[in-house]
Amino acid sequence: MRETWLPFEWIVAMRFLREGRLQTLFIVAGVAIGVAVIVFMSALMAGLQSNFIRRVLSAQAHIQLLPPREVTRALRPDDTPGAPLPFAIVQPPLQRLKSIDQWQSIVLQIRAMPEVLVVAPVAAGSALVVRGSVNRAITIAGIEPTLYYRIVALEEKIVRGHARLTGTDIVIGSELARDLGVDVGDKLRVATGGVGGDASAVTLTVIGIFDLGNKGANQRSTFVALHTAQSVLGLPGGVSSIDVTVRDVYASERVAGRITATTGVEADSWIRTNADFFAAVSAQTTANTAIRFFVGLSVAFGIASVLAVVVVQKSREIGILRAMGISQAQIRRLFLLQGGLLGLGGAVVGSAIGAGALVVWQQTARAADGTSLFPLTLDPKLFGIALVLATVTGLVAAFAPARRAARLDPVVAIRG
Amino acid sequence: MAETRTAASAPASVVVALRGVCKAYNVGTRIETEVLQGIDLTVRAGEFCAVVGPSGSGKSTLLNIVGLLDRPTSGTMEVCGEHTTALNDGALTRLRGHNIGFVFQYHHLIGAFSAVENVMLPMLGAEGFPSAAMRSRAEMLLASVGLTEWQDNLASNLSGGQQQRVAVARALAMNPALVLADEPTGNLDTKSADEVFSLLRQFNVEHGTTVLFVTHNAALAERCDKTIEVIDGRVTAGVGAAT
Ligand SMILES: Nc1ncnc2c1ncn2[C@@H]1O[C@H](COP(=O)(O)OP(=O)(O)O)[C@@H](O)[C@H]1O
Ligand SMILES: [Mg+2]
Repeated sequence: MRETWLPFEWIVAMRFLREGRLQTLFIVAGVAIGVAVIVFMSALMAGLQSNFIRRVLSAQAHIQLLPPREVTRALRPDDTPGAPLPFAIVQPPLQRLKSIDQWQSIVLQIRAMPEVLVVAPVAAGSALVVRGSVNRAITIAGIEPTLYYRIVALEEKIVRGHARLTGTDIVIGSELARDLGVDVGDKLRVATGGVGGDASAVTLTVIGIFDLGNKGANQRSTFVALHTAQSVLGLPGGVSSIDVTVRDVYASERVAGRITATTGVEADSWIRTNADFFAAVSAQTTANTAIRFFVGLSVAFGIASVLAVVVVQKSREIGILRAMGISQAQIRRLFLLQGGLLGLGGAVVGSAIGAGALVVWQQTARAADGTSLFPLTLDPKLFGIALVLATVTGLVAAFAPARRAARLDPVVAIRG
Repeated sequence: MAETRTAASAPASVVVALRGVCKAYNVGTRIETEVLQGIDLTVRAGEFCAVVGPSGSGKSTLLNIVGLLDRPTSGTMEVCGEHTTALNDGALTRLRGHNIGFVFQYHHLIGAFSAVENVMLPMLGAEGFPSAAMRSRAEMLLASVGLTEWQDNLASNLSGGQQQRVAVARALAMNPALVLADEPTGNLDTKSADEVFSLLRQFNVEHGTTVLFVTHNAALAERCDKTIEVIDGRVTAGVGAAT
């Protein structure tokens, strides 16, 4: 019975805190500010990250298989392989458009993997679009619409026309459409190859205009049917990449490794192609952890110092309680409780402030075009963790003051 | 709940027995002071004893040791039927909580609680959770010290005399065998002092509660069963007035 936290301790702890008024108010405010900062910062970070990931993954496959790159080998003066070549300048070669060997069987192999959702072959390359006197460099991606649209939901991004690509159809971005002054139903001339040499050109009909939410992509990206691209790009029957989506996006790197191991073709996951982003995230996570730790530490010291003052203020009353038969353990618990309650109270107020700040931020911080930057979700888990951590911090902070209170000599305390 | 009265408080049994009790402060240093120098004292159940003596003679020290708030440097003692010298702090605290009530000179109430809650506190501390029985006993005790209409006032809003009467009620909450009152009237006017004394005397008569009552007031000491005089850390006289 003595080892449990009985109402007696709760009642006395609450009364002491309530009696402390300003003192209690100040420390709760202090804890609340700390918790609010952490909650706000964490939600913002999580929002930024998930928004970035969503944007990346809505325009990009989780894994992309590419043909091997061509490398230049220098002629060696002797036969020691791997030895550095003195005074040699090795220029990287121009990358010609190449097909992935045996791509049909590779597609079947990948499709058989349980982690894989969609496998879509793509033939992509650069081209020049000409209309009248205007021309623009574009990338032209030949796709199998039914497969590819399960990777990049292009149909949802169509602002005019449609995206059901066949024959000599092309869908283009809104910027390109504006630059060229074309609309759905108009025709474009697309040329590839050398400027004066073996240039081949086809005429394509614009059937849809999309908005990928990115100016560069809207200027350059175009989509055509796979066989159209194969003939335009001079890649008959070939594909320049195989796009793959997997069930667990965070397992992409592992699945990419498996694909390379089984097919022998280099596979890049979105995690690797966005390595800069993940490096930034991990640096920021480290910084955030440090900030959280130090905010927690200052909250702990704040609570500890207030309780140390309370022990001194209340030492006579502690002595009287001891004279009444209240045990050292009860005194210790009622001070631990005060610490825990200060932490919890501060966390409740801080979570509310943090949530409020997030709502205000979401309503005021706008992108240049007036739309909200990204949707923030108020994750209940974040608040749950904040409450638990703040309460534990309060309890830990109260440890030393509680021990001191429990060990007060009642005779000295009563005499004052 | 708080109605338990230990067997030790049966009529004529010994409630307090000190043999050669000494108390020294700062033991082993150059400023070592021996405050109590071999106290022998026997107090029987139901006795109402005045404790008198000049300031600094060791009265408070004696009461704190008898009340198990402090430990003697040497000597043996028995309080409410228990040999206490070998008990640990937890056992002393329990014994104190259930058998001993304190009233101090400066009405030490807990400021964050109302009068009735102050009286409930010793019971609440022992039981762990509040009950209706606890509250009604506290109200009954406050009624008996004449403070029913003040029972919900915060302790800090009461006058000195009222606070000391609440302290008396609180000391009696656990129906203790022994009440230790260290100059409870030292800070009160004559009328209030008389009231507090009479309350303790009344409980002593009605419940057989043993009382040690420290006072400098000769008139009040006269009205006790027995006088224990402490001078320079020794009990010089235990004059028993026949009851
Ligand atoms: N903690 C202590 N350290 C040193 N001396 C003390 C301490 N407590 C009490 N004394 C001394 O013990 C003596 C008796 O004190 P006390 O019991 O309070 O006397 P009384 O209550 O009779 O006035 C005093 O001289 C006092 O200074
Ligand atoms: Mg004294």
